[in-house]
Amino acid sequence: MRIGVVTFPGSLDDRDAQRAVRLAGASAVALWHGTHDLEGVDAIVLPGGFSYGDYLRCGAIASHSPIMAEIIEAAERGVPVLGICNGFQMLTEAHLLPGGLIRNDHGNFICRDQGLRVENNSTAWTNGFAANAEITIPLKNGEGGFIASAETIAELEGEGRVVVRYLGMNPNGSINDIAGISNQRGNVVGLMPHPEHAVEEGFGPDTASAMRSGTDGLTFFTSALIGFLATV
Amino acid sequence: MPTIVVEVMPKAELLDPQGKAVGGALARLGQSKFTNVRLGKRFELTVEGPVDAAVLAEVAKLADEILSNSVIEDVVGIHVVLEADDASQAPA
Repeated sequence: MRIGVVTFPGSLDDRDAQRAVRLAGASAVALWHGTHDLEGVDAIVLPGGFSYGDYLRCGAIASHSPIMAEIIEAAERGVPVLGICNGFQMLTEAHLLPGGLIRNDHGNFICRDQGLRVENNSTAWTNGFAANAEITIPLKNGEGGFIASAETIAELEGEGRVVVRYLGMNPNGSINDIAGISNQRGNVVGLMPHPEHAVEEGFGPDTASAMRSGTDGLTFFTSALIGFLATV
Repeated sequence: MPTIVVEVMPKAELLDPQGKAVGGALARLGQSKFTNVRLGKRFELTVEGPVDAAVLAEVAKLADEILSNSVIEDVVGIHVVLEADDASQAPA
């Protein structure tokens, strides 16, 4: 399986996402925002960072990049698309996911190992998790407050499209502690926390058993692989 | 050349942490009479040629689709600013 990771001007976690893809057992394909070429990849990751310096609005300028036309088309065909942090912001700006992300309610940038509950384990990116799995992966952002209209929130909750929810504390003022959501079909997922930073022992969050041994994020990437292998 | 000014504000019902931070700073400076500060954006689009209804309609569309995000923001104003020597080019 080939998973594309798109680099935008100001992307920071593109290489971490490529590494996560490789550790999951897939091939990572570096894609460039300024082309119209998805190079035939089977899934796409929009990585974290500060594309275009967060100018205009986080993810807004990137959501109009040349390659986004192909990504929107691929997402509508059912190709798995994962937006992490700034990638999640791009997905909302591109209208592939509803709602928006605003500045954290406390006004500060936050960086911590964050507990999450996986509430939907049937999406393209979470099918490898047990139902209601409780996981810990890093969270780092200044504008991670998820908001949407009351109707949209009711729709997301009613259709089980809240994929991950913050556990223990609400780090940014997100409505209903929402950390990540999916589209109706479940192939497009966006979340603020960073699964690609918890994929290898020695470099992840602390766990009860050992320092930096947390690899809960890897399952997002192996889930894409499970879904792909089921189709071939 | 005429300039079209587009003003965008965070939706009134949303918490505006930037405005809140500025309000807090004013209070610390002893400016306690301001009960609320909200912070938005002002875009200045300079146009070549006269500003007619078609240009304004185009700007209104851009304001809704790119300059603002209707989930989190409202376009609160679009108006034309003419420089002194452009005074003859009144907007349509």
